[in-house]
Parts: sequence; structure tokens; C-alpha cells
Amino acid sequence: MKFSRLILANLFRKKVRLLLTLGSFSVALFLFAFLAVVKKAFTGGAELASANRLVTINRVSIIQPIPLSYRDKIARIPGVESVTHDNWFGGVYQDEKNFFPQFAIDPENQRKVFPELIVPEEQWNNFLKDRQGAIVGARTAKRFGWKIGDRIPIKTTIYGGNSAWEFVVDGIYHGQRPEDDETQFWFQWDYFEERVPERVKGLVGWYTVKLNSPDDALRVAKTIDAEFANSPYETKTDTESAFAASWVKQFGNIEFLILTIGSVVFFTLLLVTGNTMAISVRERTGELAILKAIGFKDHSVLFFVLGEALAIAFVGGLLGLALAILAIPALGAALNGLLPNLILSKAMVAAGLGFALLVGAASGLLPGIGAMRLRVVDALRRI
Amino acid sequence: MVSVNNNGNSSSLVQVRGLNKTYRRGGEQIQVLQGLNLDVDKGDFVAFMGPSGSGKTTLLNLLGGLDVPTAGTISVAGDEITHMSSGKLTEWRARHVGFVFQMYNLIPVLTAYQNVELPLLLTRLSKSKRRQHVETALSIVGLAERMHHFPRQLSGGQEQRVAIARAIVSDPTFLLCDEPTGDLDRKSADEIMALIEELVSKHGKTVLMVTHDPVVAARAHTTLHLEKGVLVEASKARQNVTAGGVA
Repeated sequence: MKFSRLILANLFRKKVRLLLTLGSFSVALFLFAFLAVVKKAFTGGAELASANRLVTINRVSIIQPIPLSYRDKIARIPGVESVTHDNWFGGVYQDEKNFFPQFAIDPENQRKVFPELIVPEEQWNNFLKDRQGAIVGARTAKRFGWKIGDRIPIKTTIYGGNSAWEFVVDGIYHGQRPEDDETQFWFQWDYFEERVPERVKGLVGWYTVKLNSPDDALRVAKTIDAEFANSPYETKTDTESAFAASWVKQFGNIEFLILTIGSVVFFTLLLVTGNTMAISVRERTGELAILKAIGFKDHSVLFFVLGEALAIAFVGGLLGLALAILAIPALGAALNGLLPNLILSKAMVAAGLGFALLVGAASGLLPGIGAMRLRVVDALRRI
Repeated sequence: MVSVNNNGNSSSLVQVRGLNKTYRRGGEQIQVLQGLNLDVDKGDFVAFMGPSGSGKTTLLNLLGGLDVPTAGTISVAGDEITHMSSGKLTEWRARHVGFVFQMYNLIPVLTAYQNVELPLLLTRLSKSKRRQHVETALSIVGLAERMHHFPRQLSGGQEQRVAIARAIVSDPTFLLCDEPTGDLDRKSADEIMALIEELVSKHGKTVLMVTHDPVVAARAHTTLHLEKGVLVEASKARQNVTAGGVA
């Protein structure tokens, strides 16, 4: 503690340089947080996926439907606890910018397969009785200010021209975990089946299969696909996490892209701060020599240099992360729900600070070792 | 008593025996000090003179444990410092040596108070004790009123006073002054020399000083000249000058 004044005094020696270095850390940490949040938004689905759920889609692509008649056949396979199905609606609420996912769901099995998405019992019962009923995720309800009983017109873009389908908000669901997707809009499959064109009737988008045990996943997946092999609608069954991962891959190798940008940010920051610390130490060669002359040991001098670098990294990092905490919700709002889970978690903040301190330590280490090895006599001769 | 003939008594504060220092510059070996002997008693005030490159600063660095000799021994208050490890030597410097440099070498971002406090940060003294010591040191050099000024707010003479306060604050065994007035005008130089004399006469400090200035050297108890790597007393040096022996 008694050395903190010396470290602080040296930090404020060149205020403009200090501000610029803090700025470098802030921008880098803001970018780090932003990239981490975007990566999580893309890959979070795979991480959140339940180990005992499978997804069955048309072998050709998820855009191609599969028959509703498969449901009972899948349900009979040993190891299957329950099966539900969904159809992508792809409607527009007021404006195309107001994106949120809408699904025609199977009310009978939805809650059995997705128990983590909670709907109050009374609201669910109202939904079951209401052909035009809808259950809305809490984030989407909040975003548009919807309340129970509100009538919501959604224009279809896929089924039957440009007409608006009217729904009544009967319930609002919440996720058990903060990362759960609370942006979805569910409505009755019967209502969907009634209004879609004849060519689409009796077809579903995909099945989600809940297993008795995750150990059965491979066997059940193979059995499902074998059951429908050589039919007009062959299937492809994967675990929910593999399905989510392959969904993300459609956007390109997001993880690699983010890792590449992150690495560039890391090395640029390391070079900038390393250079700054090297200049700062070189300017003070004489002073460091005097400290050593009056009795400060080599490791104390290393400690001073590292202390400065770490203090800059910590404060700059905190500033960047604070900025990210403020900006990311605004960014989420600006994206209109395009990426549902833009959440800066405590783990990300801790990782960000760790990253900043790592860069700080690395940037201060070489100049610090140089200062530590400085020969007092040589340094005094240069003054 | 100061002696350069290896005949000082064994209780001398500083004892130097057969000191050699050789530098290698390019492929060439330069012998700066050759078998140098020196005895300095407690309370002595010694000035070292000699032409540029004669090894005055090298001698001071060796006495202060900032450099190691090629051969020979240096003992200070019974401690033989020539074979100490770098870490031990650093500890020894903190306890025994106060340095005063020509360019003051204060830390510009610290106040006079904080500069003087620096050597005490290495001790186990409490904050209040440190304050007491710093205020005493600054009072001795006459700068108690300016303790919260930064070096840039002080004149050259005042900066050197702060440097002297820093050198004496931990009550070292001896002070090593390298051209302490070299960067000052005559009036400031006189004031600094008066202060150093006072440290010797009133506070019993032992001072070893390098200077180019005969007026400054004249204020020491003893003036020694470095000639061809060995020390000679001033009277003999004067004879050599008369005979054309010293440049």
C-alpha cells in the first residue's frame, strides 16, 4: 500500500498518454464484450439445448415439411417420452423490422417437451380453450407492450397471400434460466391447419422428441430415421444441441470469425500497451536507477512497472465493460429481436477483466524485466 | 583521519585495500583504479579531485556499492561489501549510504516530502514515524515550508537540498556526493556546501565528495587527488603540479 502513491503518481505523469491507453483498453474490452455476447447469442442455443431432446427434420432441409402422421410412429419408439411438432409461421407484425419467431405448436405436448418455458396454469387453460389464442414470450410482450387479452394481427408472408391472422394473447411465458429464449410467439396448430392452403395441410415443420434418458439419443435418432427411410419424406434426426449448432453454421463459421477478430484485438492491444509501457519505462531510466541506488530491490522495480500496467488494464477494462453493460441492451433493442439472447453475463465480465489483466501483465512484463535488470551505474552515466 | 598509504588504523569507518577497476571498451582494457588504498574515519569530510576520466566517479560508485571492483576489498563499518550478492548490496546501500548527485535526481511526480520519504518506504517505520523523520530532514536542509512543492516548483539549490534531505533521512553511515554543486551557481553552491559542512560538524556525518571545483574541495577536511588510478594527498599533488606531473 505504501508504494501505491508512487505507482499512482507515475500513472498520472503523462495524462494524455494515460487517457489514450485507457481508451485503447476501453475500446478493446467493449469489443471483447460485444463479440462474446454475439457469439453467445449464436451458439447459446446449442449450450442451452437439453441433452434428452432430439429434433427431427426433413432430410432435404428444414424448409421442407414432414407429415403429421409421423408423430404417432415416433411416439411408439421405445425410449421416447413425448413428441411435439412446430411449424414456422414467418409472419409480420405491423412492420418487417418487428421480427420475432412465431410457431404453430402442438398444445397437447408443448409443455411436456419444453418444461423450462413456464406458462401460468390459468393462462394455459385459457389458451387451450381459445382457437385464436397465443402464448407470447415475456421479452416480446414487453417489447410491444402486449397484455393478456390484446388482439394481435400478424400478416402471413408464406401462407395464403398477404392477409392478417388475428390472435388473442392468452398467456405470457417465462424461461427458467436468464438465457432462455423469451421472444417466441406460439399459437394453436389447429388454427394454423384450418387456414393454410390445401398443399400444406397435414404437414409439420419439425418434431421435437423428448427421451426418457439421454443415453437413448443415438439409438432413437437412428430408429426414427430408419423408420422413414425410402419414403417420400425421409428424415434427419439429431440431438437438439447438434441441430442448434448446424443452424448456426448456416450463417458461416461465426465462432472462427469472432475468434479471429478477438485475436486481432488482443494482439493490437498488446502491441499498443506494450509500446506505451516500454516508452514510459525508457523515459524514466534515471529515476528507476535512483530508486535502485537508494535501496529498492530489482523485484520492487518490476513490481512498480507491472503495477502501473495492471492498474491501466484494470481501469480501462472496467470502463470498457461498463460501456458494454450500457450499450448492449440498446444494441439488442436496435436489432429488433434478431438476436434473442444479447446478455452480458457475470462470467463474461469476469473473463473480460481477466483478459484485460492478462494483456496488462504481458505488456508490462518485458519493460519491467528491462527495468529490473538495469545497471545503476550505466543508467546514471546516461542521465 | 584520512590515509591513502595502507597505514590507517583498523577501526577506520571506510577501509579500501588494493582496489582495482578495469573496464573493457571495444577490445581494449582500461585500468581506471590501480591498487588503491584508503582509510576514512567517522566524521571525516573528504573531497576527491582529479581530471575527467581519472576514476573519481568510479571510486564513488565502488564505495557506494553501485559497482563491483575487479580486485581488492572495501569494508564499511566492518562490512566487507565487495563479495556481497546484488540483493545484499542493495539492502546494505539502503542502510548505510546516502547518495547526492549532480543533477539532484528527484522523482518529478513526487513532492519534496514524498521524495524524501522514499528511502523510508523500505523500512518498517509507521506512517507517523516516517512523517517525523521526513520533517526533521527537511528542517535540517531548511525546506520544511516547501515540503509539498514539486521539484519543478523549486530552484536548483532547493532541489539539491531536497536531495540531501533524501540522503540523510534514513541516517546512513556515510554520504557520497558526486559533484553536488556542479549544476549550481556560486551562491547556491556556497549554500549547499555550508549545509554539507553543517551535516559534518553538527550532525557528525561522514562525507565523501567528488568535485572538479577547488573552491568547493577546499571546504573539505581532506582533499585527495586521483592520479593515474591511485590516490595522492593534496600536498603531494601540488608538488606534482609544480613539477608538471599532473595535468
